[in-house]
Amino acid sequence: MPISRGFRGRRAEVDPTRVPPGQYVVRDFPVLSAGPTPHTPLDEWSFTISGAVDEPVSWTWEELLALPTESITVDIHCVTKWSKLDTTWKGVSVDTLLEGVDTEGDYVTAWSDGDYTTNIPLEDLTGGQAWVAHTYGDEPLEPEHGGPARLLVPHLYFWKSAKWVRGLELMVEDQPGFWEAAGYHNYGDPWKEQRYWSD
Amino acid sequence: MPRAPIRWRTVAVSEVVDETPEAKTLVLDVPGWPGHAAGQHVDIRLTAEDGYQAERSYSIASAPEDAQLALTIERIDDGEVSPYLAGEVRAGDEFEIRGPIGGHFTWRVSDGGPLLLVAGGSGLVPLMAMLRHRADQRSDVEARLLLSARGLDDVFYRDELARLENVAIHYTLTRRRPEGWTGYARRVDVEMLTEVGPAASEHPLAFVCGPTAFVEQVADGLVALGHPPDRIHTERFGPTGG
Repeated sequence: MPISRGFRGRRAEVDPTRVPPGQYVVRDFPVLSAGPTPHTPLDEWSFTISGAVDEPVSWTWEELLALPTESITVDIHCVTKWSKLDTTWKGVSVDTLLEGVDTEGDYVTAWSDGDYTTNIPLEDLTGGQAWVAHTYGDEPLEPEHGGPARLLVPHLYFWKSAKWVRGLELMVEDQPGFWEAAGYHNYGDPWKEQRYWSD
Repeated sequence: MPRAPIRWRTVAVSEVVDETPEAKTLVLDVPGWPGHAAGQHVDIRLTAEDGYQAERSYSIASAPEDAQLALTIERIDDGEVSPYLAGEVRAGDEFEIRGPIGGHFTWRVSDGGPLLLVAGGSGLVPLMAMLRHRADQRSDVEARLLLSARGLDDVFYRDELARLENVAIHYTLTRRRPEGWTGYARRVDVEMLTEVGPAASEHPLAFVCGPTAFVEQVADGLVALGHPPDRIHTERFGPTGG
């Protein structure tokens, strides 16, 4: 690889084992989305698990908040190269939402207000790896960051953590979502730097 | 979507153009460039002598029709990569890029219009690629550009914009106005978007690019004016950058 003449860089004083290749650490919380920010009133909001399930199940906003809430502290990694360490969230574990759901699907399409979708293997959403998060820090999640609720799947690039999430559709076959169909990686493991489809 | 693998390739800087005191355009020779759509971006990777690397994304400013690839990079004072690219780099220097990347914030003349482009500051870059593409294709798709900048001296491509034909260009200068300035002099708001048009009834295709707060304000304004969200494409960049 070519040496960039005179480039030194500004090495962050962070634990390198926490920053995946090609990422840099930020203190603020950048926003990236493809369209306007949706503003769905909470009394019209619901969260649904559907698709390859025996019986679709759904929750109103009040019902979601009544489910067991977990506090989560995780590092997040955006495909646009920023990482943010030790972010704190509150939300409902996907394990809790899937309790009692019978499915033959191995894949999930998370869908959101604003017609956003992203696909994730089911096994990446279970076992304490994913949440529907409604609180960031100690505040309700702001709309521009995906509020009222977003998926939180911190071990994958952050576009998999669908903002404004409204449901999970269980799929027998994997179906590329919005960014996945637009050239981004189908799985998106930051530690393997799986940014684009050919990575 | 072209399916050429997105691989790192070494490129050489053939020319550095001063755009503003804070921004430069790097014109690159990219052997084997697979082509791009206006609005797409590339990743740049810099390598220090000791092997340390840093990556960032930058929008492509050149049209797909141009022979060379142009990127315009604005210096972010506490950035890691942009002060190097917009300060140190000279013709003949080499680094790596890969791309093109992004399939959503793109426009081809076949996508039609009317086209409404709204830029905040350096958010003009991908929109300029669209205007250049439109000009190269001699497209008669109606196009309007609303550009918000702190002052006229912060505006990229000013002379080229002035020469563009059949594009209605509106400036709003939020901090510094030349004497006798008769254009807009405030942040973009619903009233300004109404005056610039086109009305939602004309079903324009809107592309909005700029800092997060700017894009939120403009996109919310367009939605309030009745533009369907699926006709509003956005690209935001936070205060964080390279």
